[in-house]
Amino acid sequence: MTDTQYDRAPGDASALPDVEQGASSGVLVYTIGLGLAVGLTALSFWVANTSLLWVGGISLGLTVLAIAQMGVHLVFFLHVTTGPDNTNNVMALAFGVLIVALVVVGSLLIMADLNDSMMPAPELMNLQMQH
Amino acid sequence: MNLLGKLDWSAIPLDQPIIMGASGGMVLVIVAILSWVTLKGYVPYLWREWITSVDHKRIGIMYIILALIMLLRGFADAIMMRAQQAVAAGGAQGYLPPEHFDQIFSAHGTIMIFFMAMPFVIGMMNFVVPLQLGVRDMAFPTLNSVALGLTASGILLTNISLAVGEFSKAGWVAYPPLSELQYSPGVGVDYYLWALQISGVGTLMTGINFVATVLKTRAPGMSYMRMPVFCWTSLAANLLIVAAFPVLTATLAMLLLDRYLGFHFFTIDGQGNAMMYVNLFWVWGHPEVYILVLPAFGIFSEVVSTFSGKPLFGYRSMVAATMAICVLSFIVWLHHFFTMGASANVNGFFGVMTMIIAVPTGVKVFNWLFTMYGGRIRFTVPVLWSIGFMVTFVIGGMTGVLMAVPPADFQLHNSLFLIAHFHNVIIGGTVFGLMAGYNYWFPKAFGFKLDERWGRISFWCWLIGFYVAFMPLYALGLMGMTRRMQHYDVASWQPWLVAAAVGVVIILAGIVSQVIQLVVSVRDRDRLKVTADPWNGRTLEWATASPPPAWNFAVLPQVRDLDALWNKKQRERTQAQPAQERKFEPIEVPKNSATGFIVAFFSVVAGFAMIWHIWWMAGVGVIGIFLTMLAFAFRDEEEIEIPAEQIARFERANPVEIAV
Repeated sequence: MTDTQYDRAPGDASALPDVEQGASSGVLVYTIGLGLAVGLTALSFWVANTSLLWVGGISLGLTVLAIAQMGVHLVFFLHVTTGPDNTNNVMALAFGVLIVALVVVGSLLIMADLNDSMMPAPELMNLQMQH
Repeated sequence: MNLLGKLDWSAIPLDQPIIMGASGGMVLVIVAILSWVTLKGYVPYLWREWITSVDHKRIGIMYIILALIMLLRGFADAIMMRAQQAVAAGGAQGYLPPEHFDQIFSAHGTIMIFFMAMPFVIGMMNFVVPLQLGVRDMAFPTLNSVALGLTASGILLTNISLAVGEFSKAGWVAYPPLSELQYSPGVGVDYYLWALQISGVGTLMTGINFVATVLKTRAPGMSYMRMPVFCWTSLAANLLIVAAFPVLTATLAMLLLDRYLGFHFFTIDGQGNAMMYVNLFWVWGHPEVYILVLPAFGIFSEVVSTFSGKPLFGYRSMVAATMAICVLSFIVWLHHFFTMGASANVNGFFGVMTMIIAVPTGVKVFNWLFTMYGGRIRFTVPVLWSIGFMVTFVIGGMTGVLMAVPPADFQLHNSLFLIAHFHNVIIGGTVFGLMAGYNYWFPKAFGFKLDERWGRISFWCWLIGFYVAFMPLYALGLMGMTRRMQHYDVASWQPWLVAAAVGVVIILAGIVSQVIQLVVSVRDRDRLKVTADPWNGRTLEWATASPPPAWNFAVLPQVRDLDALWNKKQRERTQAQPAQERKFEPIEVPKNSATGFIVAFFSVVAGFAMIWHIWWMAGVGVIGIFLTMLAFAFRDEEEIEIPAEQIARFERANPVEIAV
């Protein structure tokens, strides 16, 4: 089986040397994470208030910064990395994101479609008011 | 300020003889049991060994006892509905007034889904999964006990509604605007909402617990592809619980805000949208269907492969189909409301997805058939249930695919055809599976088999009764009869409904036979006594004593392949090893905790208080829950050590032929 390398049952000898052990939870990692998180937060406040940028791009920029912020939190504070012991966490995250996306996108699609089929608002239906 | 909120003596329906009779009987039975237990001096034993136990086996058994009791309650509702519809034809009104009939069908649905099927499935997983994984307990034993307590609280609240106040009249789905304050001003919907909120939190805890257990605690060597199929289907079901139950909790919370604080999520006025409730309810509701049926599929896989004496055909395709269903079940929910007004594009997409999800299910059916093909099948009671399932479930699945076609659904929506369909898959799938599992694992849980003869009688009564009760409903649906009718004018429906009522009586005979089976088996337990491996099993739960000790395995099994126990038995047979005196080490098991019981007590207090608007009491309940959790968080010792001598003594008294 090919996936046994990443699919290690508790108690099995590790196929890979445990070099990453502890490295992802040290003080240094938290400090870098804190720095990045604070930097991204400050940057988004700056983006929201500056007049240097094109106005239309600001909301897009804020979205990008927000997603980056999520990434920083996941990697530095929640330790979702690509290491072999992290397969479960990554899979759980991917499953969660997939389900949330399906539910949110699906609900928006369904509700928008239902709205399209609704009768127009009474003002529009009342022909006497339309001159 | 009124200290008792909305509660006063008018809440007790003294003028309703049926309700008072039922609740009086219920109270009498509870008082009788409690006084018997107290007089016999069983209270310390129950408290020490069961109520405060965090042992997954004990918790599983308690879940199943709850489920069986609620099966009786839900089935009583079913008999009443069938009897009402059998007589209320033409101008007749039957014996149930509309407001009581509405409560009965709402309670029947709520109880059967949330308080019968769910606890039964969870109890089965609780008992079996850690044993199959070859470990000593769940990942979070006390959380498990709290989850049981919360489920029991929801059940208790639902049953209190029988005597104090009323239950919801808005159906088990409680669609607004009917379930909003404007149209349901009574406490019925509040009973429904709080019971489901409290037990829903418990179910979510169970889901988290099982996902962590399966992913993180397995016997040494048990990689994913060596896990028994029941563990796989349990993992999938619990992933669905973790993903879907928060949606239900959020949806019901929004309805609660509408009802208690004047919000406008689902109201007609104030820009609310009742269709959003329907949408969100089924975002949870469809995965729920698979939460119930996937573990049943796992049970059938174990039963079919054990009693055919063969490894499961297509283990990998079974795993793949399970995980495919796990994801696909989240993109079919609109088929529950094709008629709500979505356009053909949206309906078409969800119709096609619904047909696609039938494919992995079909794969499973063929896998079971091919497992049996060429096998030496022993026709025990679990096998009978499995074969009954295959036939019945395929019929139910095909009517489901039929209704997945949106134009057909426009004809059949909310008709008795739909009722027949989902009873066909839930009874034919989940209930038959649970009955198979109950007969299959009972000897493991208690050390003696269930009586075969009464088991067979019960199976045949259930199977025949099911067909007599529900096939007429298909016909009635095609004739245009809608669900939830208290009376009807079309005289030509009556013969079919009388036939359905006869079917329910046959099912009743099946349930009575099961009670007799249990009584007879307990009486003859010495004759039915078994050792560790009564069925010549394949998986690790049969490698330990029946019933298993608190520590499950004296020495953790070493897993080398799929069907770990079976292959081990084959190896032992070819190379006889000299019996060696085994050395045991002390084992730490989690310490008993009253946390679950106390949290359950305070949740009932809080839930009851919220239903009746007794705000101070709700505060007491919530603070009580918080303080209990706090006290648990500051506990000094988590585990107790079982000395090696005790383990060695147990192992000598209960020798297991095969040490894995």
